[in-house]
Amino acid sequence: MSLNSRHLWHFHGGLKLPSNKAISTSKPITKALLPKRLVIPVRQHIGEAGKLQVEVGDYVLKGQVLTRASSYVSAPIHAPSSGKVVEIDELPAPHPSALNTLSVVIETDGEDKWIDLTPLNHPNTKSPTELRQLIRQAGIVGLGGATFPTAVKVNVGPQAEIETLIINGAECEPSISCDDMLMRSYAREVVSGCGLIQYIVSAKHCLIAVEDNKPEAIAALHAIITEKALHTIEVVAIPTIYPTGGEKQLIKVLTHKEVPSDGFPSDIGVLVQNVGTAVAVHKAIRLGEPLISRIVTITGEGVLQPQNMEALIGTSMSELIEQSGGYHKDAAKLIMGGPMMGFTLQTDHLPITKGCNCLLVENTAEQTAEAMPCIRCGACATACPAQLLPQQLYWHASSKNFDQVQDYHLFDCIECGCCNYVCPSQIPLVQYYRFAKTEIWNMERDRIKSDHARIRHDFRQERLDREKKERDEKLRKKKELLAKKKLADAAAKESDGKTTEIDPKKAAIEAAMQRVKEKKAAQQTEKTDATSATESSDEQNTQK
Amino acid sequence: MQFKTASSPHIAQQSSVQSVMYKVLLAMIPGTIAMVMFFGWGVLVNIILASVVALSCEALMLLLRKRPLKPYLLDGSALLTAALLALALPQLAPWWLTLIGTAFAIIVAKHLYGGLGFNPFNPAMVGYVVVIISFPREMTQWVPPLLDDYTLLTFNETLRVIFWDELPLTYGWDAITMATPLDTVKTQLGLELSINEIENHKEYGSMFGSIGGFGWEWVNGLFLATGLYLCVKGIIDWRIPAGIIAAILVLSNLFALYDYASFTPPTFHLFSGGIMLGAFFIATDPVTAATTTKGRWLYGAGIGIFIYIIRTWGSYPDGIAFAVLLMNMAAPLLDYYTMPRAFGHRWNEFPHHHLGDKDEE
Repeated sequence: MSLNSRHLWHFHGGLKLPSNKAISTSKPITKALLPKRLVIPVRQHIGEAGKLQVEVGDYVLKGQVLTRASSYVSAPIHAPSSGKVVEIDELPAPHPSALNTLSVVIETDGEDKWIDLTPLNHPNTKSPTELRQLIRQAGIVGLGGATFPTAVKVNVGPQAEIETLIINGAECEPSISCDDMLMRSYAREVVSGCGLIQYIVSAKHCLIAVEDNKPEAIAALHAIITEKALHTIEVVAIPTIYPTGGEKQLIKVLTHKEVPSDGFPSDIGVLVQNVGTAVAVHKAIRLGEPLISRIVTITGEGVLQPQNMEALIGTSMSELIEQSGGYHKDAAKLIMGGPMMGFTLQTDHLPITKGCNCLLVENTAEQTAEAMPCIRCGACATACPAQLLPQQLYWHASSKNFDQVQDYHLFDCIECGCCNYVCPSQIPLVQYYRFAKTEIWNMERDRIKSDHARIRHDFRQERLDREKKERDEKLRKKKELLAKKKLADAAAKESDGKTTEIDPKKAAIEAAMQRVKEKKAAQQTEKTDATSATESSDEQNTQK
Repeated sequence: MQFKTASSPHIAQQSSVQSVMYKVLLAMIPGTIAMVMFFGWGVLVNIILASVVALSCEALMLLLRKRPLKPYLLDGSALLTAALLALALPQLAPWWLTLIGTAFAIIVAKHLYGGLGFNPFNPAMVGYVVVIISFPREMTQWVPPLLDDYTLLTFNETLRVIFWDELPLTYGWDAITMATPLDTVKTQLGLELSINEIENHKEYGSMFGSIGGFGWEWVNGLFLATGLYLCVKGIIDWRIPAGIIAAILVLSNLFALYDYASFTPPTFHLFSGGIMLGAFFIATDPVTAATTTKGRWLYGAGIGIFIYIIRTWGSYPDGIAFAVLLMNMAAPLLDYYTMPRAFGHRWNEFPHHHLGDKDEE
């Protein structure tokens, strides 16, 4: 067994956390009941929302396209089951902002009737570009929670050479076990997906990284790899240290390389994909099935029968919790994601989305004791996996020194929560960092806006100047023409009568005086022009 | 169902400022007991007196500053300041000396700068420096350690000396106090005696133990042991005491090698005076120390160097308080210039561009 022969590295800091995973892994994955109503948010990924392809009243089949990707960084959504589109409206969705988002509501007909699927039995006969297209059409996004469109991520470009494909099965957050159960139950599909992605990005080898607290998953994957005699795919058991499942931390552990702060993993020849994503890729390419369901961990002391469920995207969270025995009488806090990085939801009447890996219900909602002042103990810096100085960040963020806070590399913070966890003063550090980031983004946006306004103003000024010049030029030409004509007329008159000698000097003076007069007049008209112009632009502005 | 919302992370470790402070206080108990055994009840009286003063001043300042009383009075920081200062004072220091030192530490050095977490200087050491500069004579009222020629005062006698300045009938001041070993070495070296001569002196020789000052070596040994325990438990940062001890070892070895007759040997440096208390319990006050890994090494080394300089060439017998305060001043600078390399950044990246921008303007 080559499991532990591979040399591994460490990232700085991190925490050993109580895993709390066993309570949700005792039962096999349960298939959730087909809901009557599915609410599918149009935008469940990072990037632009797709363009709607259906209208209210349409009958849709399972797997039918509801939206098409509207730009490069975008992903389509599909009908998770057959039925009628009954509503397309702004509806609540699980998002930290708690804002409503455009969603398609399908009333299922209970038949769960698929569209015609076109399985692909020999993917190697297709080019990587064609396979990437299939991934894109299947609406696959990063299922580890980041929800970045996978088709974009696997398009590493011609310059980048991927040495190592890492399939992330670390699942380092406590309580979450959906990837663990997925690897145990769908090891074959995981490995198949790995092979497909490896082919698409032409990676030399593929490492499936699993924390060593998931021996069943490791054994299942290893069995498949041995059975198929795959020499370029390897399961690696990595130490259980939070947040080893973070993309950058995982790369460090496996390759000792650090993703540059301003770069991407592909810059150092690495690509990371989640195990769930690998299964989705397998389904999309080999079976032709789009991403319409996912595995969700329903867990926490606030749920009576914790378990993992395979649920259709759009299923209401309340239904899943009901099918998991319902709430404990003291249930007080609903978290989407894990206890370290998940965010709380106000209500459970929200749909499961592609990025929803876990619903964690906790009984104690009251926050810990009032925060004490920072005593600069440095426990946060010891724990920080990004090698930052969290207490300096906190100091500058709380006093709104946004330049300083960026000096201390605020934007390298991955908000893993380690500093917050160890802080003896119980300071909500991550909250301060989010605040500072948001403020800086807002400032940046305002700056771009004002820059834009200034450029527009400069352009307008330039245009006015140019127009004025053009007018002057026109006027001057007109006058010249007039003067010439006058001179010619006078000459003609004189030649008519007695031949008086033309005094060229006098004529020149006369012409000059004439010009001055005309110029003055012209200026007068320009001024009125200019004022009327500004007035009209002001009007436009107010109309805006 | 409706739920309450909160910001992540949703779990936290069971640690608190309070538990850190009390663990440090507990770790000081063995060394303190040794001090009471060798130097008498005065040690304990000082600690109790300083604690009462510190908590009263803390409460007063919290009231004036309109801060909640309970969390701050219970956080243990005022008690820790009081204990550290009390251990640094002479055992028979008059009550008002302890009062002035402690009150200054809490009111001025701590609360006028913003209270817990905001004071740039170690409050206990500020209090100590205030009294040693203002009342140099009273600050020499050290009790000799349990020696044959001297007798320790009883508890009652101690109280009378401290609070009413009444000496027991049979004794004079000279009979119950004497200079500390560090002080003696300094004076006698000034009188051109060699280290060897001082250690074997008929009058002073008995105050030297096997490795440090008699009695002091036990006190330092116990503070070293419990300090190491705190380091292992991660409650204090081991780099600061390591830096201090390393610096003193290097300097004292160098000079003793150069001239062993006129420079005190390394072991005597480490096991006399308040070195171990200073290194493990005073200098490690996180609020006033450097916070980066490299910064803490430098901070510790700086304290060690200053202690050696002050002990050897300065006008005070021990220099821990001055050394700590001097390095407190340097801590923000140390932190700035020893920032760790952030993940995914190159080594030489340094947060300088904003300063640079201003220069260009």
